[in-house]
Amino acid sequence: MDLLRFITAGSVDDGKSTLIGRLLYDTDSIKVDQLATIQKQSKNKGEGEIDLALFTDGLRAEREQGITIDVAYKYFNTEKRKFIIADAPGHIQYTRNMVTGASNSDLIIILIDARLGVIEQTRRHSIIASLLQIPHVVVTINKMDMVGYSEEVYNNIVIEYSKIAQQLNIKDVTFIPISALQGDNIVNPSENTPWYKGETLLHLLENIDVAHDVNYTDPRFPVQYVIRPQVDELHDYRGYAGKVISGTYKKGDAVTVLPDGIDSVIEAVEVHGEEVEEAFAPQSAVIRLKDDIDINRGDVIVTKSSSPKVSQDIEATLCWMDTRPLIPGNKYLLQVQSKRVRCIVKEINYKLDVNTLEKIENIDQAGLNDVVHVTIKTAAPVVFDSYNKLRANGGAILIDETAHTTVGACMLI
Amino acid sequence: MPSKLDYLDLLEAESIHIMREVAGQFERPALLFSGGKDSITLVQLALKAFKPGKIPFPLVHIDTGHNFPEALEYRDRLAEETGAKLIVRKVEDTIKAKGLKEPGGKFASRNALQSYTLLDTIEEFGFDACIGGARRDEEKARAKERIFSVRDEFGQWDPKKQRPELWNLYNGKIAKGENVRVFPISNWVELDVWNYIKREGVELPSIYFTHEREVLVHGEFLVANSPYIRIDEGDIIEKRNVRYRTVGDMTCTAAVESTASNIDDIIAEINRTNISERGETRIDDQVSEAAMEDRKKNGYF
Repeated sequence: MDLLRFITAGSVDDGKSTLIGRLLYDTDSIKVDQLATIQKQSKNKGEGEIDLALFTDGLRAEREQGITIDVAYKYFNTEKRKFIIADAPGHIQYTRNMVTGASNSDLIIILIDARLGVIEQTRRHSIIASLLQIPHVVVTINKMDMVGYSEEVYNNIVIEYSKIAQQLNIKDVTFIPISALQGDNIVNPSENTPWYKGETLLHLLENIDVAHDVNYTDPRFPVQYVIRPQVDELHDYRGYAGKVISGTYKKGDAVTVLPDGIDSVIEAVEVHGEEVEEAFAPQSAVIRLKDDIDINRGDVIVTKSSSPKVSQDIEATLCWMDTRPLIPGNKYLLQVQSKRVRCIVKEINYKLDVNTLEKIENIDQAGLNDVVHVTIKTAAPVVFDSYNKLRANGGAILIDETAHTTVGACMLI
Repeated sequence: MPSKLDYLDLLEAESIHIMREVAGQFERPALLFSGGKDSITLVQLALKAFKPGKIPFPLVHIDTGHNFPEALEYRDRLAEETGAKLIVRKVEDTIKAKGLKEPGGKFASRNALQSYTLLDTIEEFGFDACIGGARRDEEKARAKERIFSVRDEFGQWDPKKQRPELWNLYNGKIAKGENVRVFPISNWVELDVWNYIKREGVELPSIYFTHEREVLVHGEFLVANSPYIRIDEGDIIEKRNVRYRTVGDMTCTAAVESTASNIDDIIAEINRTNISERGETRIDDQVSEAAMEDRKKNGYF
């Protein structure tokens, strides 16, 4: 049994909550008492039937307003996999929430209302999926029952969406005709769509290959913490604790510690205190080196075979997440893995229209939910990779120096 | 093709990464330990995260005075065996010092009062991060909480001001007086915890397994007969074979009828049950739809 993280993109109107409710319900993940609470709330709201959307709305304000504001995490499992759903709101004013949910996802389910076809929102969600480099895209064409399970309607949407996928360079796309409300092609193949020969949604979620999404060839090990037990028998022990975010590390590997560029050789690789042959992504491990060198939190241990970028001048695609605008010249903290440095956002080169992918030039500031291309200068060298080449080491956040809030998400270039 | 790692390995690796972020980002972290299975799992993860070193932060227990004796005994033994520093602060003392009103009623729970003692303890030791065993599957308000959850000087959680949390990057930057509650097992569900405990061979307090106990039968709930609850005329008190699915206070945690004497039996029972963990055992959540959200806003864990 392994793990799949996915995000659902769409709004209540597209049947997103119904779809999540259906997946949870059909996999026996909603318990009787939770269902009773939803029933009670449905009555409070004066609705006749059970509103499965209530199951995903956790905060009082959301229940009162009938909208999803924040990202909610839901869990279910089958015998094959554990699933983590990031349930994010789909409207444009919540782009930052969707970016947040997308950042950790292996797969995105994009919902299309069969009656409406590809709309602005579909395009926006696909652009976000492509910016965040979500490896797998599943386009569920929902409410097929409302269009008489028409193969033609389905085919037209497939053709139209394929153009978007091509334009955005989205490689792995699967289309499934469904009705979340009726349960068509969710868990069981539907008799209403005999012309559809593909998998059901759950079958796809259970079987899609995620092992190859992990990079095993470019070793990156950001040091989080130095373990130095203060006891006599381990007097000389100095272990660098971190997570193998990509690649593999073995005893005897020739390594370089960045950003200083000091060379050494791995003396031992440990996982949970036991020496192991090798540690690979995404394991948490401890690395010990042959040489006694000064290594701190924020340093990155890499091997000779693959080098990341080390630079103070960085370009990034950035999603702005704060209500106060981003103005060129503003100073922030940039966090890449365990490294935090002061930085200045020197320029906003252009803004990306997330509905059309159009570049808008001559921008003097970026507001909440804007996606912009920026040039950043850092106070010290940063070790990173291009997000499009190595997702695990290409994401960064901007932190406000005084309010300490997370104000921007950067896909480094 | 599935991943090279099992789901428990993946969850464990994520939790250990979070533990190490706490040790790396904060000056005075603490691990809030209740004696329940979730905080026991946290201790196991912390041990693994810092091997061969010791856990670089103390275990803090906020003692309501209504604990199960078995949980307290387990707590002391665990601290001794792991060499971790244990700090205990009592709600009883806060009630006396601050002249707080003892809650009344049949199941007078000091659960909400814990927040006061916790905030005082945070202030006393200057803790800037408190690691807790909350899981997002437990309750709807928790489903929306971040792994690094910032609390203001009054310990309050503001769901509308949560920091976006992206990739595996955690922002623990705070002002003086604020602190961060960190939840390393946010992405675990109840069964993940049990399966992990089984895999790791972690020992649990005996009350998690079947035992004969005198209980007050209160509707669907079986509440341990103890000096901390009020027995009224006509109450039904019976001896039953029970175990605890969660361990909190004796006043607000209900037992479940069970003959499960080992972890395999417990996992089988949880697989069969159609009631959620909190629904079956937490008397204090039944008050309103937003009971947990309100408690959290006031500094609760």
